[in-house]
Amino acid sequence: MSSNKLEEYLVEKGLFLTAIFSIIIILIIIAFIFREGFPIFQEYGVLNFIFGMNWAPSDEQYGVFTMIVGSLCITGLSLLMAVPLSILCAIFMAEIAPKTFRKILKPTIETLAGIPSVVYGFFGLIVLVPLVRVQFGGTGFSMLTASIILTIMILPTIISVSEDALRSVPHEYKEASLALGATQWQTIKNVIFPAAIPGVITAIILGMGRAVGETLAVIMVAGNVTQIPNSILDPVRALTSNIALEMGYATGVHYNALFGTAIVLFIMIMVLLVIANYFHYKKKVVIGGGYL
Amino acid sequence: MDSKVKLGIIIILIIIGAYFLFKPGVQYDRIEIAGSTSVQPVAEKLAEKYMEKHPNVKINVQGGGSGMGIRTAQQGIVDIGTSSKKLKDNEKDGLQDFVIGTDGIVIALNTENNVTDLSTEQLRDIFSGKITNWKEVGGPDATIHVIVRESGSGTLSSFKSLVMKKTNITSDAIVQGSTEAVKQAIKQDPYAIGFVSLSHMSSDVKAIEVDGITPSETTIADGSYPLQVPFLFLTKGDPKGITKDFIDWVFSAEGQAIIREEKIVPAIANVSDDT
Repeated sequence: MSSNKLEEYLVEKGLFLTAIFSIIIILIIIAFIFREGFPIFQEYGVLNFIFGMNWAPSDEQYGVFTMIVGSLCITGLSLLMAVPLSILCAIFMAEIAPKTFRKILKPTIETLAGIPSVVYGFFGLIVLVPLVRVQFGGTGFSMLTASIILTIMILPTIISVSEDALRSVPHEYKEASLALGATQWQTIKNVIFPAAIPGVITAIILGMGRAVGETLAVIMVAGNVTQIPNSILDPVRALTSNIALEMGYATGVHYNALFGTAIVLFIMIMVLLVIANYFHYKKKVVIGGGYL
Repeated sequence: MDSKVKLGIIIILIIIGAYFLFKPGVQYDRIEIAGSTSVQPVAEKLAEKYMEKHPNVKINVQGGGSGMGIRTAQQGIVDIGTSSKKLKDNEKDGLQDFVIGTDGIVIALNTENNVTDLSTEQLRDIFSGKITNWKEVGGPDATIHVIVRESGSGTLSSFKSLVMKKTNITSDAIVQGSTEAVKQAIKQDPYAIGFVSLSHMSSDVKAIEVDGITPSETTIADGSYPLQVPFLFLTKGDPKGITKDFIDWVFSAEGQAIIREEKIVPAIANVSDDT
């Protein structure tokens, strides 16, 4: 038995351990959330919990449907604003921007990603909430305000990942297209962008994940009212906000109900991921030659 | 195959090692405190100072709400239960209560709002959604924006029992997660109304009179301000041993000075005079 072999063995097992570490962590977290949250499903009923319209822990009412709607609406609206903005920005950065301009733009966008969410939340509370109140009426705490903040927060994620995707489209595609006499816009529209779509979808998935999971900034600007919003100017409460707002005090069934909320959130994110991944792979097959 | 077994053993050893690492081993005299989330910060501060002087005592302060404080004290699960509500007669059952201090709830408006006085009834109508325009209470013609705290908050439950009684708070009320957030929301909205505890009051929002009385240390100490929040320590029977020592210390000049530092009006009057 040479020392080389032993080293080989140790390195191999060491790498294996680090690799399964994240799997172990996520399994422990899942087990914990389900153990703590399961009693609410038994006591209150799964359907009552998920489709209940009233959340009033002091009256023993634990329905999270308004918050599921709240989370989906905020996320949907912010994706609606962020996706076109960030994809166009990514195309500009990858294909059109001169090198020097790109050198300024890229670090700026990366800085945007590094700002802590509490700062975004505070910015929203001080600047956006009064702005929305003065422009559109109401209290200013609204789905729209939360979505605008989330849009700013997920922009850098979507921009940088989709820019990478656009850049890794093989040069030959572009050259071939230009050689056939296509203009630059035609090349981008018909060749580069379609080839990069799987990567762009990954970018959107990542952005969506951040939007669904964002807590602090949303708490500060969304108003946290448990109701189905009638318009984008109505206040809403997201699932994450519900957990963070009340966790400090919750005991007994209320505590279980908050973990139940986490289970719902968890399942919701999984469903969104599966849907997004489905499109990701579907597009991948359609492109065929694309190697992303 | 046996390399997998080895790996399993290593993982188990690591987990067991971590468990022992985080498990406290030394024995202390313990005091368990649980209950009102309003009392919690003061109780924590008191516990911290007391433990500094008595290193062999370990005081554990938990939240859970006044109801839980009363219940667990009665059942003897904790040594001291805390409550920010006066005990009802049927709750007193065998409990000894100590008022360690009193806080007040301040109704806060934007500084631009010209309303200066509201009655408890008006407050109830505003927060239940019956009064929705400021002009109904002598203010500008604008919709009232009600801001409340999240359910479970000690300030909210005190406000409910003092002002709302059995009435429900309107479902349109904006919910904010902290005293600071409530103040920020009021600061930037001229038509907002909210409540914060006196201990967290600052000049960037306007405190109004309730039933004609300005909230202050004096009006709370003499009992005239209506929205008072008593901070109670509850023990089952007379406190004994280390718990008695702790409560005695809380009522000493030193303990009351700490309560005063937390901007709670202390229980012993002469301490509150030496401003």
